[in-house]
Amino acid sequence: MSALAEIQRQVMWNRLVAVVEEQAQIMIRTAFSTTVREAGDLSAGVFDLQGRMLAQAVTGTPGHVNSMMESVGHFLQKFPAATMQPGDHYITNDPWLATGHLHDLTVVTPAFRDGRLVALFANTAHIIDIGGLGFGPEARSVFEEGLYIPIVKCFERGQPNATFFDFIRAGSRLPVELEGDIYSLCACNEAGAARLAEMMAEFALETLDPLADFIFTSSLRATEAEIAKLPRGTFHAEIFSDGYETPVRLAAALSVGEATIEVDFTGTSGLSGRGINVPAPYCRAYAAFGIKVVVAPEIPNNWASLMPFRFAIPEGCILNAPRPWPVAVRHVIGQLLPDLMMGCLHQAVPARVTAEGSSALWNPPLRGGGSVSGQGGGNRRVPADFEVITFNSGGTGARATLDGLDGTAFPSGVRTMPVEATENAAPVVFWRKELRPDSAGAGRTRGGAGQIMEVAAKDDLEFAVNAIFDRIANAPRGRAGGADGATGAVALKSGERLRTKGFQIIPEGERLMLLLPGGGGMGDPAERDPALVARDVRDGLLSVAAARAAYKVVVAEDGTLDQRATAALRS
Amino acid sequence: MTSARLAVDIGGTFTDVALEYAGGRLTGKVLTTPEAPERGVIEGVRGVLDAAGLHLSDLALLVHGTTLATNAIIERKGARTALITTEGFRDVLAMRNESRYDQYDLNLVLPEPLVPRHLRLTVPERLDNEGRVLRPLDEAAVRALVPVLQREHVESVAVGFLHAFVNPAHEQRTREILAAALGVPITLASDVSPEMREWERFSTAVANAYVQPLMARYLTRLEAALRTEGFAGPLFLMLSGGGLTTLDMACRFPVRLVESGPAGGAIFSAHIARECGLDRVLSFDMGGTTAKICLIDDHQPQTARSFEVARIGRFKKGSGLPLRIPVIEMVEIGAGGGSIAHVDALGRIMVGPESAGADPGPACYGRQGMQPTVTDANLLLGRYDAARFAGGRLQLDAAPAAAAMDAQVGGALGLAPSMAALGVIEMVDETMSNAARVHAIESGKSLGERTLVAFGGGGPVHAYRIAEKLGVDRVLVPGGAGVGSAIGFLRAPVAYEVVRSLYQRFSTLDIAAVNRLLAQMAAEAADVVARGSFGAPTRESRLAYMRYVGQGHEIPVKLPSHHLTDAGIPAIRAAYDEAYTRFYNRPVPGSDVEILSYAVTIATAPEAAPAALPPPAPSVARPARVQAVRDSVRGEVADWQVFERAALASGAALRGPAIIAEDETSTLVGPGWRAEIDAHGYIVLIRGDA
Repeated sequence: MSALAEIQRQVMWNRLVAVVEEQAQIMIRTAFSTTVREAGDLSAGVFDLQGRMLAQAVTGTPGHVNSMMESVGHFLQKFPAATMQPGDHYITNDPWLATGHLHDLTVVTPAFRDGRLVALFANTAHIIDIGGLGFGPEARSVFEEGLYIPIVKCFERGQPNATFFDFIRAGSRLPVELEGDIYSLCACNEAGAARLAEMMAEFALETLDPLADFIFTSSLRATEAEIAKLPRGTFHAEIFSDGYETPVRLAAALSVGEATIEVDFTGTSGLSGRGINVPAPYCRAYAAFGIKVVVAPEIPNNWASLMPFRFAIPEGCILNAPRPWPVAVRHVIGQLLPDLMMGCLHQAVPARVTAEGSSALWNPPLRGGGSVSGQGGGNRRVPADFEVITFNSGGTGARATLDGLDGTAFPSGVRTMPVEATENAAPVVFWRKELRPDSAGAGRTRGGAGQIMEVAAKDDLEFAVNAIFDRIANAPRGRAGGADGATGAVALKSGERLRTKGFQIIPEGERLMLLLPGGGGMGDPAERDPALVARDVRDGLLSVAAARAAYKVVVAEDGTLDQRATAALRS
Repeated sequence: MTSARLAVDIGGTFTDVALEYAGGRLTGKVLTTPEAPERGVIEGVRGVLDAAGLHLSDLALLVHGTTLATNAIIERKGARTALITTEGFRDVLAMRNESRYDQYDLNLVLPEPLVPRHLRLTVPERLDNEGRVLRPLDEAAVRALVPVLQREHVESVAVGFLHAFVNPAHEQRTREILAAALGVPITLASDVSPEMREWERFSTAVANAYVQPLMARYLTRLEAALRTEGFAGPLFLMLSGGGLTTLDMACRFPVRLVESGPAGGAIFSAHIARECGLDRVLSFDMGGTTAKICLIDDHQPQTARSFEVARIGRFKKGSGLPLRIPVIEMVEIGAGGGSIAHVDALGRIMVGPESAGADPGPACYGRQGMQPTVTDANLLLGRYDAARFAGGRLQLDAAPAAAAMDAQVGGALGLAPSMAALGVIEMVDETMSNAARVHAIESGKSLGERTLVAFGGGGPVHAYRIAEKLGVDRVLVPGGAGVGSAIGFLRAPVAYEVVRSLYQRFSTLDIAAVNRLLAQMAAEAADVVARGSFGAPTRESRLAYMRYVGQGHEIPVKLPSHHLTDAGIPAIRAAYDEAYTRFYNRPVPGSDVEILSYAVTIATAPEAAPAALPPPAPSVARPARVQAVRDSVRGEVADWQVFERAALASGAALRGPAIIAEDETSTLVGPGWRAEIDAHGYIVLIRGDA
């Protein structure tokens, strides 16, 4: 290969990443569901004709990315490449063939050049409503969780499948948004396909195969090189989730081989009767993310760069739920997987992992109106019907040289919405949403602080929460001598504790209190720079008593450090 | 007083001056004097005026733009600022949108808020989304903050309450109470940025408060210095949105000045577009550390309502502080002459955003720079005459450039330095093209039919290849490109934009409320403009930001600049559907539309487009010499003709491959391109037979 051709291949790879980034940006611009446009809960990628992912947009969230990667093969199995026509779009929300719950729609679109099929574009987005019980853990099977869309054609040669759209509209509480989102998914794949055709024309490419080989070879080689730098061995770790009915144990044995990392989840708890179960693709997605972010974060995501990470997930454990077990809120368990992977990797590369964090998103699905309170009448007022969700997070785990991030999502890649926007979307009032003092796990580097949320319906009317919260009984753990982060809490303002999972009423005159967990600390707290401890005290994030007890730092409320007393305490 | 007009643009390194007077245009550059920027201004102004035989008292107008506010934010050198906010919302600035701007970086660092937590103070009060009082303002709690603010030596205060953009009463009352007791400036979020989204609004208010004392002091000193020197005309400040405003408004809302330099560059391009009758332009300004790209339609730079300042994460979106102010929309990427090239773990050539800066600068400057840069790569491809770079002030040395290229790029890939250089150039051109493409997508616009207007030191060097990558067939390289922003200042209208939120569904539009709001906004903008327009004719434009109910991004739709009536409503809906379809191919059936906010801009009318100049008599250009250049597409070395720009008269024509050299830059005429000097003396590059 000539030097010039080598350079050109690099340019084309770069271009391909730009093409999928454009695809994702169009999705964000055109989406109807707040989950996509505000929260960024989506992913986009381009695939070869064998269903192998070539490139993926930087925009997007890990749970989607890595599970969508597996899904294109399933589409090809049902609709072989040879049968695909320009203007066709295929869709599914099958949790086992796509990204793990019915609320995610995945659309696949063939891309043509001069009438020949050259690639496939795929895109996944989390939509607001798909019927059923609504977003929450309560269902006892996937059939209760909403409309189940097998892999079907939603557009055929540019024409919408009218029957399909009839079903869609009839099956959702938000038919306009759902239909609009499907249009958006198709439009952004179409744009990606058009751009790819232009690129292939510019570089006079008849096929993507040589480029695919190049991308796969260099990605695999680079990932293997990173793996080779790790100490060999098998590392064990476990982590506990509060579960629904009973605590859940996730166990992993991670083996670093010559060129692979293999994870065996034997020892993991069995299935739950409620929707916290995880379909295998989603387990692989977050486990792979947890490894990759430590081992090879700079290498772009594609089929080959993820191939060296292999997973053995025992059938019937909560990380490999078979159909038709309920799976709607699989993120509660799934988002603990990076912490579990880092628990293993901490034994191999301690400086490269973080302590455990709040991890699972604290998304309160709020509902009010007739379906919660029945009809109003007499002295009883009922709010207008509403259904709203926000995406909130506690603290992330401490890093080796940096504190954890306060109130920030990890491993999820989503953003939250402004309170003002949420209050315009539904008759709710957030009375409090700020950082939670004394929640960060102490350490040489501390965890991120959690947050406190106080939520009511307008005029303090009755409403409901479909709780999906974790780390109330099981704190995010510190590492290397760092303390645990504070556990979470779910309660009424008057003090009564609520269940951490499931549908519950917040009676008129009451408010919902959410105390989000803090991240775990890392290293001995007594080694932390006293000036940083004093800053947190002055900022009101750490109490004088906690500074003394956890950090052995003597400091006044206004942040004035007593150097001598601190030295004495620490000696 | 004559009709002479002068503009001064303070950048990080240089202060640029442009003078237009009866004798034509004169420009100058002096070093910026950061400790007292007005000194550099006076020095530069004097220099240019002396050369023209004029005096400050001869100036009819002086326009000024500065990066001072931006730098104060980037370097954290603003005032000690406090934020007073709604109880329960102390951490809006710190919690942002709760996300990470990079999914794969475990060691991510987020930007620190400009106000630390101990100076974020809360008071009991609460409004709902319609501005109704859910909890009255606790005035005693506000008063109780006075000793706290004094004890903490707070120099500037921002006040931001939830939903106060709908009803500013609590914010205004808080200001009254504090102003009576404190002698520091107070910024209200509902004044600076009266739009929904608390993080962006508070961030904007805090940034304004943070730079206000500094900017007010500086601008007052500057005015005094100019007056002492005899300047008697009006002094205008360039706004990030592309308009000019008075000193008084600039002192109140200095946050609106943050991007004034780049805005000047975009106005410069827009003026060139008007002068040359180009309706669709892609403005491309490539300097030492970054490249800026802006879309210009119908001679108007694209504008936006939000912007991020002081990005810390390699120019990554989301790594800066959000500002919600009217701005000229630009993408800025870390790709300039000084951008450093390296090879990543996958053996891919990466360029920027790290920059070698001015010191040590590129390896070829011979100042011990060990990192290969874009400038080094251009030199190794033979695109520069080593002796003529920067007008001969800087002798370039190819040997250290080749050594650095070999050490950091070529060695790892098994490429000779010249081929490694080719890879670097192709990659940086690709990066800039991709940024332009994504930007066009985000704006719902296409690129193919545009003319690329290239300026800055690197713009004309890279323009033809970027044009090829974008499918663009024409490139225009104007004159005076080294001080484009300052020239742009002289072309900017006196203008002011007012934005307000008023949420309504289209199907139940309360026209009376809309008319009331728009009239109020128009009056406010007119009042600001009248202070600087001196009776010049103005024009008004109105926009509604609309979207399908529930959808994410609003589309700006033009409204007529008069009272709306029922009869006019269908036309607005039709305009929305048309705009939507242009963005996204197909409308969404059966969906209502909502209006989120309105913008009213009043601006002095632009100078009438000059009459088209008659086409110059064609002539054949004569090359000064030839230079061996490696073509970045084919990789082959050939002799390219080199022309001196100064020696090319209007009407001169030549065929690529060639180089048109001048002091500040070189224009590359790629293989398959030809060049003509138009009637304005601008270089026009045309691809193929187009």
